[in-house]
Amino acid sequence: MYSEKVMDHFQNPRNVGVLADADGVGQVGNPVCGDMMTFYIKVKGTRLADVKFQTFGCGAAIAVSSMVSEMAIGKTLEEAMAITNEVVAEELGGLPKNKLHCSNLGADALHAAIQNYKDRQVGFAAPVKTIEEHEGHEEECHCPYCESPIAAGGETFCTACKVNLIECPACGGITKAGEPCLHCGAETKQA
Amino acid sequence: MRRRYFDHIAATPVHADVLAALLPFVRETFGNPQSLHSDGQAALMAVDEAREKVAALLGSKPDEVIFTSSGSESNNFALKGLAQAQQARGKHLVVSAVEHPSVLNAAKSLERQGFRTTVVPVDRFGRVDPADVEKALMPETSLVSVMLANSEVGTIEPVAEIARVCRARKVLIHTDAVAAAGAIPIDVKALDVDALSLAANPFYGPRGAAALYVRKGVRILPLIEGGLQEGGRRAGSEDVPAIVGLGKAAELAGERLEARRAEAVALRDRLLAELPRRVERVVVTGHPTERLPYHASFCVEFIEGEAMLLHLDMQGISVSSGSACTSKSLKASHVLLAMGLDHALAQGSVVFSLIEGTPAEDVDAVLDAFPPIIARLRKMSPLWTKYLQEKK
Repeated sequence: MYSEKVMDHFQNPRNVGVLADADGVGQVGNPVCGDMMTFYIKVKGTRLADVKFQTFGCGAAIAVSSMVSEMAIGKTLEEAMAITNEVVAEELGGLPKNKLHCSNLGADALHAAIQNYKDRQVGFAAPVKTIEEHEGHEEECHCPYCESPIAAGGETFCTACKVNLIECPACGGITKAGEPCLHCGAETKQA
Repeated sequence: MRRRYFDHIAATPVHADVLAALLPFVRETFGNPQSLHSDGQAALMAVDEAREKVAALLGSKPDEVIFTSSGSESNNFALKGLAQAQQARGKHLVVSAVEHPSVLNAAKSLERQGFRTTVVPVDRFGRVDPADVEKALMPETSLVSVMLANSEVGTIEPVAEIARVCRARKVLIHTDAVAAAGAIPIDVKALDVDALSLAANPFYGPRGAAALYVRKGVRILPLIEGGLQEGGRRAGSEDVPAIVGLGKAAELAGERLEARRAEAVALRDRLLAELPRRVERVVVTGHPTERLPYHASFCVEFIEGEAMLLHLDMQGISVSSGSACTSKSLKASHVLLAMGLDHALAQGSVVFSLIEGTPAEDVDAVLDAFPPIIARLRKMSPLWTKYLQEKK
């Protein structure tokens, strides 16, 4: 299921921990989605002197966090901002399709930490924000009935199997409009 | 490294006696039971004998047993076949929120044909309240389906009481006994159900072998139409080796049910009691006592199931999880959510289901190996850090 590189980072995650005197902190995800990551950064000059993370999530989420931390240390802030979730997945030798949007949010968490640092630099005691909807969420969604990717921009029609999809009001899962939710059985309205 | 297998609910090995019983029907006695010649008749005898054995396990008559190919087929057959046969009475079904997807999705398929479904809730132990079923019944209700035991949390449902409610209102009741058959005693007369699904693999029979009990006199429409096999209720040439295997497995399960149960309960109870004692913030899911003998399930707070599963796997221990990350749909188990667990807690789902002959030392190995894995994953969890800060 997972590449050797993913399993290596999962088994021996690099840079796990909390930086008590972090210059920036970023959080991404929520437990409903399955994964949550917190990144801590220490900045020296224009470079990331240290990066640590904590992750609640599956094997992919832990490996992604570890990989991002390894890629980021020593980079300039600008270089670190250029790390994308796609590049991280590539570095890991690929991730299973269904993990791409859910677990691959390490770069987002790193960017949030850098943004938090920049906010602090300009003098605002910025609270640590949690980004619940990460970049590329819509692009990476898949139809729960046929697993085809669902088009970007909140489109709620699966063109592959011709099903009207909505987010279940009860559990947030993607399901067919007007039928009991595929995931929790709750009644849903016609879109 | 010797593997320690705790995933009964996913698959069990075929019992040696079952394999020995079915093998001659692969090549030697290979005839088609529908053939009139001796080769066919020998196969027919074996099928009839298997039917008697399954009937004996259930306390039914042999001709009330219809062979199918899987528990999912049996469930689809029961829901669609019974609901469609009862259309004149009405088009309303009642199912529980914790049913197997083969029941829930069959009900959804019927909805596309104009049926309506009421999903009754469960309590925090995963139990259906018969009073809720009674409330859900309407004049046009034709079928109720509530499982006998749930494979994800092990909870045994009060099916006999629900059947009484249905009987009083003259509504048919089906129960999915795939997780329960062979593990707890089943008597269809005492349960008073009209239909019951079972599959061979959970009690050490081959996969691809299953059955649906349908009470004599209850009309059911075939799911698979064609020839007159299985009394015209399920077409397709009989899979004789699978059926013979199911029969033998049913016979063995019936003979050794009590002994096997006592053994499994002791190990199960050790897991259920010890793990939460050794590790803080670990909760047992499902009912503490009304549960399958081989089944121990938990939610570990602050960490995620797939990560636990992978670490246990690396130490030679096979388990399953109902976490979103371990499912193809990436949604947390509908069973855990129906029991009122929040998403974060449901993510920490881990299920240990014992197979026959699981040595006591394997349970000890789990109790030794698992707490350090939990500690390791918690150390990297932001939720655990938050919990520790709040505790201070």
